Amino acid sequence: MKYVDEYRDPAPVHAVIAQIRATVTRQWVLMEVCGGQTHNIIRHGIDQLLPPELELVHGPGCPVCVTPLELIDQALAIAGRPEVIFCSFGDMLRVPGSDTNLFRVKAEGGDVRVLYSPLDALEIAQQNPDREVVFFGVGFETTAPANAMAILQAHRLNITNFSVLVSHVRVPPAINALLSTPAIRVQAFLAAGHVCAVMGYWEYHPLAERFGVPIVVTGFEPLDIVRGILMAVQQLETGRTQVENAYVRTVTEAGNTPAQQVIEQVFQECDRKWRGIGEIPGSGWCVRPDFASFDAALRFDTGQITAHESPLCHAGEVLQGLLKPYQCPAFGTDCTPRTPLGAPMVSAEGACAAYHNYGRFDPTTSDK
Amino acid sequence: MIERELLDFDNWSCPLPLRDNPTVVMGHGGGGQLSADLIKYLFLPAFDNPVLAQMGDAAVVTPGGPNGPRLAISTDSFTVTPLFFPGGDIGKLAVHGTVNDVAMVGARPLFLSVGFILEEGMPLDDLVRIAASMAAACRQAGVTIITGDTKVVDKGHGDGLYVNTTGIGLLATGLDISAGRARPGDVVIVSGDIGVHGIAILSIREGLQFETVVESDTAALHGLVAEMLDVTPDIHCLRDPTRGGLAAALNEIAAASSVGIELDETAVPVPPAVHAACEMLGLDPFYIANEGKLIAILPAEHAEAVLARMRAHPLGLRAAMVGTVKEAHPGMVVARTGIGGRRIVDMLVGEQLPRIC
Repeated sequence: MKYVDEYRDPAPVHAVIAQIRATVTRQWVLMEVCGGQTHNIIRHGIDQLLPPELELVHGPGCPVCVTPLELIDQALAIAGRPEVIFCSFGDMLRVPGSDTNLFRVKAEGGDVRVLYSPLDALEIAQQNPDREVVFFGVGFETTAPANAMAILQAHRLNITNFSVLVSHVRVPPAINALLSTPAIRVQAFLAAGHVCAVMGYWEYHPLAERFGVPIVVTGFEPLDIVRGILMAVQQLETGRTQVENAYVRTVTEAGNTPAQQVIEQVFQECDRKWRGIGEIPGSGWCVRPDFASFDAALRFDTGQITAHESPLCHAGEVLQGLLKPYQCPAFGTDCTPRTPLGAPMVSAEGACAAYHNYGRFDPTTSDK
Repeated sequence: MIERELLDFDNWSCPLPLRDNPTVVMGHGGGGQLSADLIKYLFLPAFDNPVLAQMGDAAVVTPGGPNGPRLAISTDSFTVTPLFFPGGDIGKLAVHGTVNDVAMVGARPLFLSVGFILEEGMPLDDLVRIAASMAAACRQAGVTIITGDTKVVDKGHGDGLYVNTTGIGLLATGLDISAGRARPGDVVIVSGDIGVHGIAILSIREGLQFETVVESDTAALHGLVAEMLDVTPDIHCLRDPTRGGLAAALNEIAAASSVGIELDETAVPVPPAVHAACEMLGLDPFYIANEGKLIAILPAEHAEAVLARMRAHPLGLRAAMVGTVKEAHPGMVVARTGIGGRRIVDMLVGEQLPRIC
């Protein structure tokens, strides 16, 4: 497949890994921010090919993982209402709320549908004028333009039975919050390429300057990831702390301006709670008052929701890079993809699930 | 209600899935761990008997005593939506699916029963087309439908049509093909491109459009199996990787044989359209359903001859050797990735869920 296969070709990947080995002189800790990168690092076994001096910690960039429990409970309450068709990306269906998940809401009669685009939800709303169609708008800056566009379209077409339960989060405030944590061990960041494809990387310069960390915009295929790691290591070894772009085929400094304008038109910055981490000021987007009628959080009265997390789950420490998934006492025992206690065990992009599904196997004992 | 004492709590992680899901969820039918649990912890204890315990694609019985003919019997229900899809329809699928299950123990399929559950309001024209398609599939496969049943449910209580088929076949002497017979040193062969049926259904169901229409690979495989057995009767395992795909079938074999399986990811034939669809949707082709492919596990010394014969058969043109059976990591399937890393190819919990981004 074009634009994919050439970035999975072993020869160039190994050439870059050789360069990384030649560059590294001491221990470094890097964080890949995006769950998609975590998934591919484990799926392709990239971590096993890196020199032992490099430690990758997996960041909070999994939208499924960081969506706050209160919001999931709110989604579950809305999805269970008889007049509602609740539309969501597939990942969100198995995420545990306080008591249940969307799969079970569906099994108990809720009309829950898996979609690939919020614009499909608009079509469903048009076909079902007597029902309330709600789209679960989770995600980082990557999914925000489509969700904003769906709201704009609904507004233009005067579709009144459509709303979005918005839980958008933004990467730069999260990096800022992580770097402000005293316990942080991370010395360089691989920024999420697809987020930067939308937003550009102009927002990251002040972070690199203020905290003195290299930030490298990185793509998702094996060659992209090892290139990002190489550029970060080169900066670390030479004492530079800049924002660099290792994903030039997709990302520009300014990003996708029309997409940013759509976001700006529909959403405004707000404080957002991150599951397992806590509230991060200015880290979210919510619907502007002009479009309040499309905000499912205002449209449906779900009463007071008090969420309770499992005390066994250490997702917060995992998402901050303080704990490797397998260091959590519940990992693989009380908490498995079948019986997830926390969201990182649910999504394919979640660090715990990635470790459980792909990494449980010890490569050193396999050559019998 | 099932008695708690019947459940085997070994190897379970708490909280228990059955208790965790007080009702049936879609994942129980997904061919992953939830399906396996339902069988292992609910149905097997209830129906407990040695034939069922074989847990093959088909059961093998000798009703005439040890010297009588060996019969292979299998049943399967079909609930596919839409009823018609590129490359086939529910009727053709119901014939091929059961024929293949019977063929996967090495038997020659002979007879089918068919049960139709019709939804009130279903166009009879559609039923005519499906019956004709089933008849054609039977003629081509050399099997006969010898008994059947029809029920009608109220509108809204079915998806147009559900079909159940049961197949009976004759098993030649000297064959012992089962999931528990994989041995270290054996090789793993797949008969061709994987993931085609699942992507064909998904693309029509979700309205996804690719440059070419992906057609289901639905086909009856007993002819191919006969060719393979003609090369050597010493084939250890056969599976048609339907729901849950290659990953589920290989995990079942690894568990039943207590062996490890190592796949060479780049050797597995994945056609470009399936590859592209999976990349777009964040799916893994190893978990996508097939309806006209088989996995064979056999001693390495027969591999080249069997592969050559498979490639001479229209259903095995793209057959490939994709892995080996190992003593290490018993019960686990591991893939060597394109860039030389390794990953576990686990069984899915329920259905494969498309990723957000």
